[in-house]
Amino acid sequence: MDILRIATAGSVDDGKSTLIGRLLYETNSITKDKIEALESASKRKGLDFLDLSLLTDGLIAEREQGITIDVAHIYFSTPTRKYIIADTPGHVEYTRNMVTGASNAKVSLILVDARQGVVEQTARHLSIAAMLRIPKVIICVNKMDLVQYQESTFNAIKDSLAELVAQTTFDGQEISFLPISSLYGQNITVNASEMPWFKGNTLLGELEAFEYASTLAHAPARFPVQFVVRPMTEAYHDFRGYAGKISSGTFKVGDAIRVLPTGQESTIATIEKFDTKLSQAIAGDSVTITLTTDVDISRGNTLVLASEVQPPQLKDFSAQVCWLDHTALSPGKTYLLQHGINTTKAKISQITERLDVATQRATEGVSSLQLNEIGTIALRTAQPISADQYAANPANGAFILIDEFSNSTVGVGFVK
Amino acid sequence: MQTIQDKIGHFPRQLEDESIYILREVAAQFERPALLFSGGKDSITLVRLAQKAFFPGKIPFPLVHIDTGHNFPETIEFRDWLAKETGAELIVRYVQDSINQGKATEESGKYASRNVLQTVTLLDTIEEFKFDACIGGARRDEEKARAKERIFSVRDDFGQWDAKRQRPELFDMLNGRIAVGENVRVFPISNWTELDVWNYIKEEKMEIPSIYYSHQRQVIERDGMLWADSEYLNKEADEIPFEATVRFRTVGDMTCTAAVASDATDIDVIIEEILSAEISERGARIDDKRSEAAMEKRKQQGYF
Repeated sequence: MDILRIATAGSVDDGKSTLIGRLLYETNSITKDKIEALESASKRKGLDFLDLSLLTDGLIAEREQGITIDVAHIYFSTPTRKYIIADTPGHVEYTRNMVTGASNAKVSLILVDARQGVVEQTARHLSIAAMLRIPKVIICVNKMDLVQYQESTFNAIKDSLAELVAQTTFDGQEISFLPISSLYGQNITVNASEMPWFKGNTLLGELEAFEYASTLAHAPARFPVQFVVRPMTEAYHDFRGYAGKISSGTFKVGDAIRVLPTGQESTIATIEKFDTKLSQAIAGDSVTITLTTDVDISRGNTLVLASEVQPPQLKDFSAQVCWLDHTALSPGKTYLLQHGINTTKAKISQITERLDVATQRATEGVSSLQLNEIGTIALRTAQPISADQYAANPANGAFILIDEFSNSTVGVGFVK
Repeated sequence: MQTIQDKIGHFPRQLEDESIYILREVAAQFERPALLFSGGKDSITLVRLAQKAFFPGKIPFPLVHIDTGHNFPETIEFRDWLAKETGAELIVRYVQDSINQGKATEESGKYASRNVLQTVTLLDTIEEFKFDACIGGARRDEEKARAKERIFSVRDDFGQWDAKRQRPELFDMLNGRIAVGENVRVFPISNWTELDVWNYIKEEKMEIPSIYYSHQRQVIERDGMLWADSEYLNKEADEIPFEATVRFRTVGDMTCTAAVASDATDIDVIIEEILSAEISERGARIDDKRSEAAMEKRKQQGYF
């Protein structure tokens, strides 16, 4: 059974949590005791309808303020697949939580309030979806009930986004528009009786039909070694296995491999998953690989196929970053850079430009990147990293920046 | 006839790959990790995943059980069997000791339980062994505060969770860097649902404590639920125990876990029951019903 990860986005009060609540409600994913709890909580708030957003706003501060602060993860299944929804906050100050939630998503649902039309958050979230290279974006024009379900309102929003969509989208990204009412369940799982003019699929219909052909299994093979397994027991006296999760590509028994960054070569003897021996393994598989010869490999080394394009050993490079911390990024400062499981020191030599998400225009000569800003930086690492360009191989092209003193994750970067 | 697999599909193996990746990161990034073992199905699943992650090596961290003294005897028996079976090191610390030392005080009244008290013993145990990472079997689908927690959840030296200070967690990159005295709670099966866990137990043919299956037991009825009768349960005069055919859907203390009437003697029937159940899993956890924010408040105090 496959898994589809979805992230919601959109401005505050666009009704993201209500949309998810509606989706759960209509797919019978909410048990009776939870619905009863919702009814009594809605009544306490003086509402005469079921406030489905209460299902996901789980923190005390969120319920007090009636907004979403952090990402909630919600689960439901259909006979087709298992869905994991990251319900992300709409406030601009919580964009970092939105990026966290969206980083693993294959579908981004961007909500637009039919009354408000396109706002800055719409542009920011489209921009982030492009930066993360999320393959499918569904722009849900919500609260259609408040604009009398007019086709003209929907079309006007669609038209006003056309230019921005053209600017941000990349080859292979699917973008669609959908008029909905989360509150009344229009076009969520059943076609809207109130909008006969809309001939497209419902939201659930689109999700069920989406086929994400993973390109990762066909990308060059990358296997970062997480852990060296050396049991040193009688039965496995000489066993030395390299445990990790394949980032991209396919490894087969008998393949000639190269170890990065040392350059040593060897051949795959076995690929094991617990007590099962496999003939091959692909991107996403957690396996243990043994080699035919004794080579010196430790955590952080990457195995690649000798016959394929090797990732460059990057030491001086440029990357797009999204800043996630209250303390701004400033050039000259040293951070820890974590690429996959590998950590090294990195110095930001320069901020090349900052992106204005609303206009997609770049500004040069900036001296800092503030919380939630996106820009391009030049950086130098202490040790080289075996990274690919993010656009070519997303599984091996992203990194995080960690503040050495607070230990917090302060930025996310994408190798250019 | 439609089989269980027709209804719910095969277990999504991608979840297993992701959990194994997380466990390997814990072993590599921390000096003294531990697996918090409760004897319930979620922590049993964790042990299975840890076995797989480091095979043919042994599980490179101990199993730690905080024994409230109110556990079901079947759970304790199973715990000892599993430690022996896997060759894992088992560390047990007792809430009773914390009470004897005056660090924790027994609750009173008919809803008295030791659920809150175990946090005291847990924090003492973390300090005693200097654990820097504690692996737990919590899942995000259980409860809405849990739905918000990261996979690597940093706690201060009082074990407290600060929802507003959570680190961004991007892609599968896990940042386990902490200051001295802090520790990380790690939740490798965050993205599994209750049904995923049962489907996994089924496909892996795993052993689980017998109380998950239907059996005869003395119970009382309280608040529309069946409570296991035991010497630890404070009963009122009109709460007369009677025998019923029940099973447990979630296994916590005898004083805070309700049973459900059930004839399910095998795992397929259990899965059928969950599919048709009208009550969520934690609906049978009295500890969660104390208030709408019960879980978040306990997490702020160091609960896992």
